[in-house]
Amino acid sequence: MSTVAEPTYRKRVGYQSSLLGGFSTLAAALLMLGYNSTYEPIAQRQADDLLESLSQVLPDSLHDNNLLDNAIIIDDSNGKPLTIYRAMKEQHTTGFAYRATAQGYAGEIDLMLGVRPDGELIGVRVLAHAETPGLGDKIEKQKSNWILGFNGRSLSNTSEGEWHVKKDGGRFDQFSGATITPRGVVKAIHDGLMFFKQHREELAVMTENEAKK
Amino acid sequence: MTTDYRRIVRDGLWDNNIVFSQTLALCPLLAVTSTATNGLGMGLATTFVLMLSGLTVAAFRKIISAEVRIPVFVLIIATIVTLVDMSMNAWMHDLHKVLGLFIPLIVTNCAILGRAESYASKNPALPAVTDGLMMGLGFTLALVIVGATREVIGSGTLFANAELLLGKSFAFLELTLIPHYRGFLVAILPPGGFLVLGFLLAGKRILDKQLEARRSASRLARIAGAEAT
Repeated sequence: MSTVAEPTYRKRVGYQSSLLGGFSTLAAALLMLGYNSTYEPIAQRQADDLLESLSQVLPDSLHDNNLLDNAIIIDDSNGKPLTIYRAMKEQHTTGFAYRATAQGYAGEIDLMLGVRPDGELIGVRVLAHAETPGLGDKIEKQKSNWILGFNGRSLSNTSEGEWHVKKDGGRFDQFSGATITPRGVVKAIHDGLMFFKQHREELAVMTENEAKK
Repeated sequence: MTTDYRRIVRDGLWDNNIVFSQTLALCPLLAVTSTATNGLGMGLATTFVLMLSGLTVAAFRKIISAEVRIPVFVLIIATIVTLVDMSMNAWMHDLHKVLGLFIPLIVTNCAILGRAESYASKNPALPAVTDGLMMGLGFTLALVIVGATREVIGSGTLFANAELLLGKSFAFLELTLIPHYRGFLVAILPPGGFLVLGFLLAGKRILDKQLEARRSASRLARIAGAEAT
């Protein structure tokens, strides 16, 4: 037991600072080693995750390319770069997928949108959210079929006034006890389609150029 | 001095349980225990960190001077937690998706620094690791009990998603106790965590008191018996 008095050299500032320095160096070295050996597996897992969320809105029947290969980056309305993933089958573009962010009740909701070249939604999925379990989490496909209600919708077959929840005069259901969450999601999907409409020609030119190569 | 391992086991699991007796580590407790599975995962990760930090602190206890011990302990714990976080992300990715948010929270678990300070820094490596294991298991037990109670009351299931945590062979653990249950939201929300914890703490007090009463009753009986003869 350490009932023996501490040796005096341990009271010296030099000893204590080199002790702290030594432990910091050791910790830094260990962290470096850990980071280096986990860097690649983590990057691989994250690519797998991305591919999985992409394949939910761009089903396998729509493409024969690797979805991560033919990505395009354009600036969104806020000037932030947005990666648009492209599904291609026999050299033709069959769909696009990109992220959108909705303002929910408890922070941001990450969405993945899948859109046909003509602007019709293939599907929407929620990637991450922090909504109230039991109320706002019905936006997840695992919890409810609500999110499937957007399949096949586009700006042309659903008028501007219909892009709201029913409570606001639109055509999408809200949940009992949670209106803010679906309202945010509907708005984000609508904005996402507007973004697509604005950049549609740009995207078409880009894909055409590539086909010519 | 010999080490009383039975004492360590009893302290960790019951007498000096991190949650039920020391009422420490309530932040991670309330944050993750919306299901029993989450509680189990968080508990096991914490146990692992407790054992490693106990081992490291005990191994270096002879060279760490009293004045700078706290920063050194914090550094050791933070390094271990970061390494655990990175390796789980790399090799147990599905579990990391469920618990990822909470792993860095282990650093803020005051019980780990508490054990380093009050036990590992004064004892050899083996008892320190044992203490870490037992304290960790006690914490896991508390997390699972609170999680299971909240899950059953809140959503009518038990060990939902256990498959994600433990692998396919544990799918049998996933029970739906109350079919077509409409849910009782408050149990899953943070206030429900406080309520359940409060009732459990009260329950343990009552149990301890009864055990104590029975022990003293049998002692009295023995004395009475001795006098009669």
